[in-house]
Amino acid sequence: MEQGIICAGFGGQGVLSLGKMIVYVAMEKGLHVTWLPSYGPEMRGGTANCSVVASTEEVASPLVSTPDCLIAMNRPSLDKFINDVVSGGMVLINSSLIDIKVDRKDINVYYIPANDLALQHANERSSNIVMYGAYAKLNGNIGSMDEFEKILIKQFGKSADKDKIISAFHAGYEEIKV
Amino acid sequence: MAKKLFKGNEALGEAAVLGGCRFFFGYPITPQTELSEYLSWRLYDVGGTFIQSESEVSAINMVYGAAGAGARALTSSSSPGISLKQEGISYIACAELPCVIVNMMRSGPGLGGIMPSQADYSQATKGGGHGDYRMLVYGPSTIQEAVDIMYNAFDKAEQYRIPVMILGDGMLGQLMEPVEFPPLKQMPDPSTKEWATTGTHYGKDRRIVNSLYIVASENEAVNIKLQAKYDLLRKNEVMCEEYMCEDADIIITAYGTVARICKSAVKALREKGIKTGLIRPITLFPFPTEVFHKYANSDKTKKFVTIELSTGQYNEDVLLSVMGKKPVEFYCRMGGSVMTVEEIVNKVKEVY
Repeated sequence: MEQGIICAGFGGQGVLSLGKMIVYVAMEKGLHVTWLPSYGPEMRGGTANCSVVASTEEVASPLVSTPDCLIAMNRPSLDKFINDVVSGGMVLINSSLIDIKVDRKDINVYYIPANDLALQHANERSSNIVMYGAYAKLNGNIGSMDEFEKILIKQFGKSADKDKIISAFHAGYEEIKV
Repeated sequence: MAKKLFKGNEALGEAAVLGGCRFFFGYPITPQTELSEYLSWRLYDVGGTFIQSESEVSAINMVYGAAGAGARALTSSSSPGISLKQEGISYIACAELPCVIVNMMRSGPGLGGIMPSQADYSQATKGGGHGDYRMLVYGPSTIQEAVDIMYNAFDKAEQYRIPVMILGDGMLGQLMEPVEFPPLKQMPDPSTKEWATTGTHYGKDRRIVNSLYIVASENEAVNIKLQAKYDLLRKNEVMCEEYMCEDADIIITAYGTVARICKSAVKALREKGIKTGLIRPITLFPFPTEVFHKYANSDKTKKFVTIELSTGQYNEDVLLSVMGKKPVEFYCRMGGSVMTVEEIVNKVKEVY
């Protein structure tokens, strides 16, 4: 098993942290992992993305040019990567900020109103946590709900908003009906 | 020991400390800055010294001074900053002092860009500054390998009294991977450092750090001595990975992070029935010439394909090692663009 993931959005949406938390879950599972941020000029232009690879084998290339999973937090990110997603791959879309539907029929697309759910359960900055929850539901092979939650608690255990953040995670998790 | 998730730059900083580095002199530059940032606090834990110098020229000359006094000194930068350090590196090479230099290459020429590149290959492996000198140059491809190399880099530098360069690129510096760190290294007895200008309390002879030899015969003797050292490196220090080469019709060759993309391509090509292998030099100087000889002379090998992020600098060494015995195809990207697995697969299919 090898999964290449691209998490993309604009600066401040927590896409790099989102990728890192997925890496931690996969690491706990004993998988080989890499995390590669965009550090180039696009970062200075306000958009950010990271490539994550989780594999049962040693990771050769850490670059993800054809993702198995795309998490798009805003419209420019969706436009940039949607055509690269492999056939049969999955796309998680932040429908709070992206008002279009994907017309590709060969991929599984999930629309999650991440900002709305984040506002409802915690604060707007937690939209990445909602997506993390949605990703967790769809990727039982990377980790169980408890394993994803454990990493979240490790990251935010000392935060005053801990309970709200966990609630945002569960909101994302429940949003996906499979 | 449990593996920790570390960024390449920071992992190199930690490995340097564990390997005995106690002095760091440098000036920040993307995509290497996290290394100096990490050492700015980490060196204090072990009683070391961190100085952010006013320029790269100062940094390398601080390394020169510290090395001359017997210290384990490190400097790091990225391409334009490494260019500024060349004069100092040449002096250190001639004075036969040990030090470690990290270059996380970015694209050039000039100030260039901040994305990954391998365009400093010739500068690193053929000398770089003026005069006939070499460094021991490593091109790690994973963070764990970079850590293991850095951990022993000061030992190698002192064993040969030579500048050691770790040649990475922006991707290696920015990438995060789980790594396992070795234990804090016991420092060698300073009295064994016969070059160190520590006063005369370890011996009676004056110790002189110098790179000026006005008399031609004296300077020639210095050059002969240096060349003998480089021959010793060629004999003893070559490191190279051969991946699935045994039955390969096509052998891809690349180093550093690019070799990882090639490794994915080898797997993809084998799934399509094209028997492909990979030669990945770990030391770039000394170059694994004999590994190339072996496959160039083999009836099995049909072709080599060189892949690099520069316009044939690495390929020149490949060509010299293959010696015209087999065709060598070439594919590169430049200026901070990085090839995908698919591009390499297509190139191999095109020449197969």
